[in-house]
Amino acid sequence: MLFDLFITFAKIGVMTFGGGYAMLPILQRELVENKGWSTEEDLADYYAIGQCTPGIIAINTATFVGTKQRGIIGGIVASLGMVFPSLIIITLIATVLTTFSELEIVKHAFAGIRVAVVVLIFNSVVKLFKGAVKDYYALFVFILIFLLALFTSLSTVLLIVVSAVLGIVINTFLKNKKGEIKR
Amino acid sequence: MIYLSLFYEFFKAGLFAVGGGLATIPFMKEIALKTGWFTLSQLTDMIAVSESTPGPMGVNCATYVGYETAGLLGGIIATLGLIAPSIIIIIIISKILEKFRNNKFVDAAFFGLRAASVALIAEAGVSVAELTFIIPGSTVFEMINYKSIILAFVILYFTRWCKPTKKLHPIVFIGFAALCGIIFSL
Repeated sequence: MLFDLFITFAKIGVMTFGGGYAMLPILQRELVENKGWSTEEDLADYYAIGQCTPGIIAINTATFVGTKQRGIIGGIVASLGMVFPSLIIITLIATVLTTFSELEIVKHAFAGIRVAVVVLIFNSVVKLFKGAVKDYYALFVFILIFLLALFTSLSTVLLIVVSAVLGIVINTFLKNKKGEIKR
Repeated sequence: MIYLSLFYEFFKAGLFAVGGGLATIPFMKEIALKTGWFTLSQLTDMIAVSESTPGPMGVNCATYVGYETAGLLGGIIATLGLIAPSIIIIIIISKILEKFRNNKFVDAAFFGLRAASVALIAEAGVSVAELTFIIPGSTVFEMINYKSIILAFVILYFTRWCKPTKKLHPIVFIGFAALCGIIFSL
C-alpha cells in the first residue's frame, strides 16, 4: 500500500506540467477514477485548504490523500513520491542540458502543452462545479469569489476566509428546517 | 554548513509561501539576494526550466536551486526543506478535520469553501488562457493566437464530445498538444 502510494504520486508528478492547477486533471483521473482514493468533492476541499495554507498545493494535496489512506507515514510517503521525479529530472537537466528551456523545440512543445492544460483545467472545473455548486447559494459564492479573484488583487487567503464565513452564514440563517436549500 | 542553511532557507519559503509554486518565487529571490548562492538571472533561467519540465513548479525550482548551490545532496535537501512545512501542517489539519468533520459549522464552512475553491481554480484557468491565446501585437487581429485557439477547440472536441477518445488519459492530450506545438510552431 505504501509502495502503491509512492508510485501513484510519482506518476502524478511526472505527468504534471506547471503548478498545482495543471495537476488537477491528472489527480481526477488517477485518484478519483483509477484508485478511488478520493472523490471530486474531496479534491475541491483539498484545494480549498491547500490554497490558504502554507506550502505548495501539489504537496498539500499529496499529504492529504496519503494521510487519509495510511496515516502520517502515508502522508509523508505520498509527498516524497510526488517530488521524486522532479529530483531526478531536474538534476539530469541541470547536469546535461543547461540551455534546455531555450531550445526552439522545447518552446514550441510547451506552447502546445499550455493549450492542452487550459482545456484540461476547463474540463476539470466543469466536473468539480457539478459537485460543489448544487444550488443558487453555492452559485452565488462561486460567482462572487470568481469575480473578486479576477478583478481585484485581494489575497487568496482572504477570499477563502470570506467563503468559509459565507458558508456558515448561509447554512445557519438561510436553510430550511430539513437542512436543505430550496432551488 | 551549507546543507543546514539550505534546509533552513527553503523551510522558510515552504512555510510562508501561501498558494502554490508561483508564491515561492519571491522567497527564492530573497534567498539569492541574501546568500549570493546564485544570481537573479540564474534564477530566471531556473524558473524557466522548472516551468518546462514535469513536476510541480515550486518543487522543480527548489531542486534546481539546491543543485546549483550544493550539488545532488543540495537539491534533495532544498526540496525536503520546501515540502517539510506542508507535510507537517497538512497532517495536523487533516487530523483535526477527522475529528470535526461532522461538526455543523465545519460542514457549513466547507459548503462555501468548496464553491470558492472551484472559482479560484477557474480564475487560474482564465489567467493561463490569457497567456496562451493572446500574444503581443498592435491590432486586435494580431493579438489573437489563432493556431492555439484552433488546437484548443480540437482538444476540447476530443476530450468532451468524441466518444472513442473522451476517456483517454489526460497525458495523451498533453503529448498530442506538445507534438502539435512542434509541428505547427505554436
